[in-house]
Amino acid sequence: MSTQAPVAPAPVEGAAPATTTFEPVIIGFTCNWCSYRAADLAGTARTKYPPNVRLIRLMCSGRLDPTFVLKAFSEGADAVLVSGCHPGECHYIEQNYKALRRFQLLQRTIEALGIEPARLQLVWASAAEGVRLANEIARVTEEVRAIGPLNWPAGDIVDLDAVDLSAAWEATGGDADGPPEAPGGVNPDHAAGSLPAAASQPAAATQPAEASR
Amino acid sequence: MTAEHSHLPAENEIRIGVYVCHCGSNIAGVVDVAEVARWAAENLKDQGVVVARDYKFMCSSPGQELVTDDIKNFGLNRIVVAACSPHLHENTFRTATARGGLNPYLCELVSIREQDSWVHTDKAAATVKAKAILAGGVERVRRNEPLSPVRVDINPATLVVGGGIAGISATLELADAGFKVYLVEKDPSIGGHMAQFDKTFPTLDCSACILTPKMVAAGTHPNVELLTWSEVEKVEGYVGNFTVTVRKKARYVNEDLCNGCGVCQEKCPKKVIDEVFEAGLGYRKAIYTPFDQAVPRTPVIDRPNCTYFEKGTCKACEKFCETNAIDFNQEDSIVTLEVGNIIMATGYDLFDARKMTQYGYGRLPNVFTSLEFERLSNSAGPTNGHVVLRDGVTEPKSVAIVHCVGSRDKNHNNYCSAICCMQSLKFAHLIKEHTEATIYDFYIDMRTAGKGYDEFYQRILEEGGIFVRGKPAEITDVARTPEEEGKLILSVEDTLIGQQRRFPVDMVILSSGLEPRADAKELAVRFGISCSFDGWAIEKHPKLDPVATMTEGVFVAGCVSGPKDIPASVAQGAAAAARVLGRIQQKVMSLEPIKATVHAEHCSGCRICNTMCPYNAISFDDALGVSSINAAMCQGCGTCVAACPAGAISGTGFSDEQVLAQIEGLLMVGADGAPLRRSAFPVAHHEAVEEAVRA
Repeated sequence: MSTQAPVAPAPVEGAAPATTTFEPVIIGFTCNWCSYRAADLAGTARTKYPPNVRLIRLMCSGRLDPTFVLKAFSEGADAVLVSGCHPGECHYIEQNYKALRRFQLLQRTIEALGIEPARLQLVWASAAEGVRLANEIARVTEEVRAIGPLNWPAGDIVDLDAVDLSAAWEATGGDADGPPEAPGGVNPDHAAGSLPAAASQPAAATQPAEASR
Repeated sequence: MTAEHSHLPAENEIRIGVYVCHCGSNIAGVVDVAEVARWAAENLKDQGVVVARDYKFMCSSPGQELVTDDIKNFGLNRIVVAACSPHLHENTFRTATARGGLNPYLCELVSIREQDSWVHTDKAAATVKAKAILAGGVERVRRNEPLSPVRVDINPATLVVGGGIAGISATLELADAGFKVYLVEKDPSIGGHMAQFDKTFPTLDCSACILTPKMVAAGTHPNVELLTWSEVEKVEGYVGNFTVTVRKKARYVNEDLCNGCGVCQEKCPKKVIDEVFEAGLGYRKAIYTPFDQAVPRTPVIDRPNCTYFEKGTCKACEKFCETNAIDFNQEDSIVTLEVGNIIMATGYDLFDARKMTQYGYGRLPNVFTSLEFERLSNSAGPTNGHVVLRDGVTEPKSVAIVHCVGSRDKNHNNYCSAICCMQSLKFAHLIKEHTEATIYDFYIDMRTAGKGYDEFYQRILEEGGIFVRGKPAEITDVARTPEEEGKLILSVEDTLIGQQRRFPVDMVILSSGLEPRADAKELAVRFGISCSFDGWAIEKHPKLDPVATMTEGVFVAGCVSGPKDIPASVAQGAAAAARVLGRIQQKVMSLEPIKATVHAEHCSGCRICNTMCPYNAISFDDALGVSSINAAMCQGCGTCVAACPAGAISGTGFSDEQVLAQIEGLLMVGADGAPLRRSAFPVAHHEAVEEAVRA
C-alpha cells in the first residue's frame, strides 16, 4: 500500500484561504448525457474554472426534484446551478422543458422565501460544450461572489414533527444581527458583514414552516 | 494513508471502504490525496467509513485487489472510489466490488479528476473540493441498494441509415456474417457522394469501379433489404428492441415489376436540371435513376416535374413500359422495422460556397465548387470528362484551386475538413491529365497525413503545379491591366514572400469543406444521440470508442461524426458492424437498472406523472385507481419521480434518498474546508423524510 508523500503540500485543516474574497459554495445539478459529459470534457481539455462548484449527476435535468434545490440551500449552498441539454436536444425527448418549468417556479419560490433569484441559475450545455460550461460556472461564481453569502438564519436539523414553532421563531429569526452558532461553528464568511434581504426579513424564513404545518 | 477499525460488522451496519486514487500525478499533482484519505477516515467514521486508503493507480490490478481484499478482511458492504469520471471506470470498480462478493451497485465512483484536479490550480481549494465530493459519494453510497441489471434480448436484425460507402461497408459486413440488415437511403440509389467522384486519392482508383461492385453486392445480398427513396421517421424502443418507422416515398414505379430496362427514361419527354447528382451541371429526365450504375435499377418519377402530374396527360413512360411497372396512383407507404441495433451513416453536406460572397460563386460563371468539378472531370459526367468552362466548350488555359473554402475559417467552420487538401491535389492532377492548363493551388497549410498521401503531394509538385501559400481575399472579374481582361482575378497575400499578388485565371475551383447534414440536429434527436454545436454526432469516446454513441444500440460510421476520407469511412462502417455483431453474438445484454417504479400504496391516483413520460410508459389502472410504470418502456430519466407530489415513485439508482444524502455530503465542508453552517430552512433531512414516509 502506498504511503507516498503527496506532491502538493498538505493544507492546514480548516485554514481560511489567504484571500479575503468571499468564496461561495455552489451545487450544480448536471444531466448524465450532456452537462456531466461537458464537465468531463472540460476536465479532459484541462479547461480551468473556479473550484466553488460541486456537481451532482442526475440522469436528466427532468429528474430535478424542487426539493433538491431547497435542500441544497438549506444545507448551506450559496447558489444552485441547474444544467441540462439545450432545448430540443434532450436525451429523453423533451424532459428538459419540464426542468425549465420547474426552474421558473423555483425561482419565484425562492424569491418569495427571500433568496435572490440569481442564486438559482439554469445553464444549457451540450456534451460538446466543456468550455461553455466552464465559462458559465465562472460567471455564476462571480455573480454569487458579488451577492455575498446566503445568510439564512442558522439552525440545527429541523424535525418537522417535533418542531416547537415559537421556540423555532426565537432560535432562528429572533435575532437578525447575531444568529446562534450552528453545530460545528459558524463559517466566518457567513457571519461577517451585513445580512442580505433574507435574514433581514426573518418572518419569511419561518412562515413557510408554519404554513406547511 | 490508512485507517482501519477492524471488527465484525453488526447486523445492518453500514461499513464503507474509501479509496482515493492518485492517478499518477493526474490527481495527486493537485489534490493532496493522502490528506483526503486521512480526513475521510477521521471525519466520515459516523457515516460508516471503516477503511480509507489512497493508492497510486486504483484501476490497476493491485488497486482493484485492495477493494476485493478489504471487502473480505473488513466486512465492507459499501465501496466509494474517488478517481476519474464514472463514464470511464465505473464498470471497473463495480466489477472489482462484485469480485469481492458484493452487489456491484453498492459501489460509487466519484470524480476528483475531471471535476477537480484537472480543472483547478489552487491545490488547497482542490483538496477541500475533493473532500466534499468524496463525502457526497459516502453519503450517497449509504443509500445504495443491491440491484440486478436488466437483461434484454438482442434482435439480430440491424438498421443501417445511409447508403454511402460507410453504410454499404457496415451493411456488407453484417450481411456476410449471416444477419439481416435493412439499409435505408433517402435518395433513389445507394452510393452516396462516392458515386459522384471520378477518381479517388491517392491511388487514383476509378471511384465507380471500386464502388459499384459493393453497391451490387449490397443490392443483391439475400440478407439485405434495401429501402431506397425512404426516410426514417421515428425510432422507438431501446437497444436490442428498436421499432423503427420508415417512410417509403412513392416512386410511382412498382419495384416488383420493374426490370430496370431504362426505356422509360429514354422516352420521357421532360428534361430537368439534375441539382443533386450532377450538381446542377447536367440534365436528367422526370423519370430517372440518378446514374447508370444505380442500385436499385428501379427509377423514380420526380412528381413536381412530371408532365402527367402537372397537366394530366403524357404517360409516355407507362406506354413504353413492357412490364407495366408504372403506377401513377402509388402513395407513400409506412414500413415498421424491428431491429436490435442501428448504425447511422448519414454522411455530410458540402459547404455552400455562396456564403463566401467574395469568391463570387453563383455570380461569376467560371467559379466552380469541388463537387461540380468532380462531375466535370468524370468520364460519365455531363461533359464526358472534358474539363471546360461554363460555356461547355472552352478549355481553360489556367485554373486556380482554392483550399479551405468554409473550413478553418472563423466566419464559417473552425475545423479542418480533412479531405480538401488531398481532393485539391487530385484535381490538380486531373486538370493536368485532361488539359494543358497552368494550375495554381492556394492553400493555408498542406495537410497530407495518410498512407501514400504525402507521396501524392510530392508527385503533384513534380507534375508542375504552382503552389501559393495564402488564402485569396477576393475573386473578381474587374480587370486592372489588359492581361487581366476577361479573366477571373484572385487577389491574395502570398505569405511566403510577404506580398500582395493578383493571379488572372480562366477557371476557379473552390475546394468546399464538409458540413454536417442540414437536418443533423433533428436526426440526432430522432435517434436519441448527441451532436456537437456544429452538428457532428458525438462518439462515446473520440479515441477508444469512435463508432459507439452514448445511446446503447446506436452506432455511427463515416462523416456523420466528422469529416473523413473514404478509407476511414470504410473502416468505421466495418468497425460499427463489428460492434453490432458482438451484441448479436451475446444474444442477451445487461442494461443499467435505472428505472422508475410506482409504490401503489402511496399513489393517490392524481395522474400527474401520466403526462410526464415521453415514452408513454406510465399507465393508469382505472380499477385500482393508481398509476403503474412499464419497466421495459421506462428509459429512466426520472422526471416522473421528481413530479410525483406524493413521493410515490422511486427512481432506482437515483432515488430521492441518494440525491438528498449526496447533497448533504457535498455540503459537509465549506470552500475553506471548515464545516458548513446549516440553515434552519424548513427542508427536512433525509432521516426525517424517511421517518415521515414510514409514519
